Amino acid sequence: MKQFLLDGQPVPFEDGQSILEAARQAGHYIPSLCWHKDFPAHGSCKLCIVKAAGRHVSACATPAKEGWEVESATPEMNGERRALLQMLFVEGNHFCPSCEKSGNCELQALGYEYEMLTSRFRHFYPDRPVDASHPDVLLDFNRCIFCELCVRASRDVDGKAVFALTGRGINKHLVVNAESGRLGDTDFSKNDLAARICPVGVILHKGPGFAVPIGERTYDGQTIREQKLKEES
Amino acid sequence: MSALPPSPAAPLEALLRRHGHDPSALLQILIEAQDIDGWLPAPTLTQIAAAIKLPRARVEGVAGFYSFLYDRPVGRYRVLFSDNITDRMLGNRALMDALCRKLWVEPDKVSEDGLVSIATTSCTGLCDQGPALLVNGRAIGQLNHRRINEIAELIRQQRPLEQWPTEYFQIDDNIRRRDALLQLDMLPGAALAAAVARGREGWLAEMQASNLRGRGGAGFATAVKWASARNATEVRKVVVCNADEGEPGTFKDRVLLNTCADLVFEGMTLAAWAVGADSGFLYLRGEYRYLRPQLEAVLARRRAAGLLGKGILGEAGFDFDIAIHLGAGAYVCGEETALLESLEGKRGTPRIRPPFPVTHGYLGRPTVVNNVETLAKTCLIALEGGTAFAATGTAQSAGTKLLSISGDCAAPGIYEYPFGVSIARILEDCGASDTQAVQVGGAAGICLAAYEFQRRIAYEDVPTAGAFMIFDGSRDLFEVARAFVHFFAHESCGFCTPCRVGTALLKGFMDKLNDGHGAKADLADIDWLDRLLKNASHCGLGSAAPNPVIDTLQKFRPAYERRLVSLDFEPAFDLDAALAEARQLTARDDPGAHLQTHEEDGR
Ligand SMILES: Cc1cc2nc3c(=O)[nH]c(=O)nc-3n(C[C@H](O)[C@H](O)[C@H](O)COP(=O)(O)O)c2cc1C
Ligand code: SF4
Ligand code: SF4
Ligand code: FES
Repeated sequence: MKQFLLDGQPVPFEDGQSILEAARQAGHYIPSLCWHKDFPAHGSCKLCIVKAAGRHVSACATPAKEGWEVESATPEMNGERRALLQMLFVEGNHFCPSCEKSGNCELQALGYEYEMLTSRFRHFYPDRPVDASHPDVLLDFNRCIFCELCVRASRDVDGKAVFALTGRGINKHLVVNAESGRLGDTDFSKNDLAARICPVGVILHKGPGFAVPIGERTYDGQTIREQKLKEES
Repeated sequence: MSALPPSPAAPLEALLRRHGHDPSALLQILIEAQDIDGWLPAPTLTQIAAAIKLPRARVEGVAGFYSFLYDRPVGRYRVLFSDNITDRMLGNRALMDALCRKLWVEPDKVSEDGLVSIATTSCTGLCDQGPALLVNGRAIGQLNHRRINEIAELIRQQRPLEQWPTEYFQIDDNIRRRDALLQLDMLPGAALAAAVARGREGWLAEMQASNLRGRGGAGFATAVKWASARNATEVRKVVVCNADEGEPGTFKDRVLLNTCADLVFEGMTLAAWAVGADSGFLYLRGEYRYLRPQLEAVLARRRAAGLLGKGILGEAGFDFDIAIHLGAGAYVCGEETALLESLEGKRGTPRIRPPFPVTHGYLGRPTVVNNVETLAKTCLIALEGGTAFAATGTAQSAGTKLLSISGDCAAPGIYEYPFGVSIARILEDCGASDTQAVQVGGAAGICLAAYEFQRRIAYEDVPTAGAFMIFDGSRDLFEVARAFVHFFAHESCGFCTPCRVGTALLKGFMDKLNDGHGAKADLADIDWLDRLLKNASHCGLGSAAPNPVIDTLQKFRPAYERRLVSLDFEPAFDLDAALAEARQLTARDDPGAHLQTHEEDGR
């Protein structure tokens, strides 16, 4: 079987497999936010950034190549990942202590994993009103990281296309499929895949909050590294 | 609010029908639909979405991506001042302020009667005859206070653009130096006839021998690109001419399209002959929309002459035609995969590569994307042969290069040189003196200081897509870099984290320094951001965005250090400035409403 070296360790792969997939299958963790095993690579968050044959590439979107030497868990790459996380934090409004997703949030878990101790950059404090128009689901756009998983799930699996991105650059934002701009006026349902796929705390189910107490949530007892490797290897 | 009455749905239905309710025509539909009211009201988007069977959110997403599409009313006269650094050096800001004052309107707002709105836009490609503006899509150059006064009067009188003095809309070519391409006087079809006589294989062999490399920036070997597309299995192939020319300071493609469109279209047809393509697109930046009627006329003439259409030059199976697609104000759409998305009617987000356009391009078909100048040059190769072409220029850079020269010099305009010409020679020819720096290749290019003026224009030394902006000793290179950083932040598509957030952060740092709050720590953070943008960005926009800062920090560091307050850290927050909104709301501007004076009074 073909293989490449990840931080000096051999990783086998099949033709067409991405660096990230092959690594996770072999029990090596490369972080991700916009990547999901059931969808084609998106390549936008850049958390999976690695150095392959001396060049920076997105591990989720780059097919593995025989004999490549790939650097991932180095201080340099981890430093860049930390900065990317800091960028995602300052770009939105993330008040983790009051967020229903705290403990289940991949962004927060990655912040811990990569020892992000401060936000480093100046906060943007964008103005992104919450949409509470739907009977079962609340949208808190303040936390969106633009991974488009909801967009893709709704379009490709639910067959509804409830979500899309509009705007450009730092003004990019999520919209829903209604002239009114309100989720309540779309055919969105709490049973859609798109209602369960958000890695952060944008798409939240109404009803009793904090049903699972803080301390017992997904990333409270184990790191995101351990959790992801369990899910995918 | 716009004073326009709600318009009947009939024109919208007509244009939807004209586009065959084709979802891949969405961008073209939106551009034309906007002509009805001047903007795109929410119900219009809903109606378009229903007619072409796309989710409404998707349509809203596309409309929201392009700078020239508006989701709220704009003035019946929509004035956009070109805001390249060269326009700024010629005083565009003062002219814009003057026009705003005369028409009683604030920048970025609509006047109360809906008559006019005034704003800035990225470089419109008239740097050799700036300051420039666009009014309802028509370009006007050579602005001065007299012209601004006249324009204010014409707008106040609500005079239709057709009645404005025609010399306003006169765009000059300013060709100052001609070499192989600009000297060529070719009968339409002559190059094509020569290539057809050689056969498809023979023609591609000439291209290989020519060593022609792309003139759009990356310098990729054109014949290699063509051969890959020809060898791709899917039979329906596409040729795209990239006329997005968004790089600040570049305007040579505008001049080629204005003076020798036949060479450009012939080049596209030559590419089609080599790769076996049956359809072609000219992707024309929205800023050049005024060129469209004359370009359509050239296309019609070529069809009538049997140079486009079925059985070109009587050759059975040589079927090819060209359609013009408009952009709508998005620099990133010059990046070839973003361009393809835009051609398909989508947001201009660069694709993941591989696969490359030569195998999976427009609608998944093998697609050749070439720059305007690259394609025009293939006519020379067809006429004179590949070896003759390869013999000119330098070892790795065959042929000539068109330069768009602007900034501090006596004779800005278009200069065609064989590759290998030195910066010093160019500066001498265009009458530049006391030159402090030259920005070659546009905002994404390289900033050269005086000690580098012996370097040469060539892929192996100073590569360029054609921009050449000159700054004399009176200019502040920090201001130049800051203008380019603003440009990149405005033009980032927002797809990837490093560029979306990184360009906005970099802009914040440059503004902080500019406002006199800079500290040494900021320079370190700027360095760090530069590196991250370079390394981690998804496309060439993000990785080039820090170039102007990297170069000027290295070569003109005092321009930055002058602006530092000598501290290790200094907050960007300005408490008094934060009170500005409160002052405006309470209509107060007395000393007591200002922090510093207030504190002093209290003391
Ligand atoms: C942000 C960005 C903007 C670009 N803009 C243009 C452009 O306006 N015109 C152009 O020909 N190429 C542009 N390019 C380069 C194209 O991606 C592509 O390389 C070129 O069109 C290929 O044509 P060529 O091989 O003839 O140069 C741009 C690239 C990037 C990354
Ligand atoms: S709402 Fe959630 S899933 Fe959708 S783009 Fe934003 S972060 Fe991703
Ligand atoms: S680098 Fe910038 S322009 Fe390119 S994909 Fe990323 S956000 Fe978009
Ligand atoms: S996981 Fe690879 S870019 Fe997001």
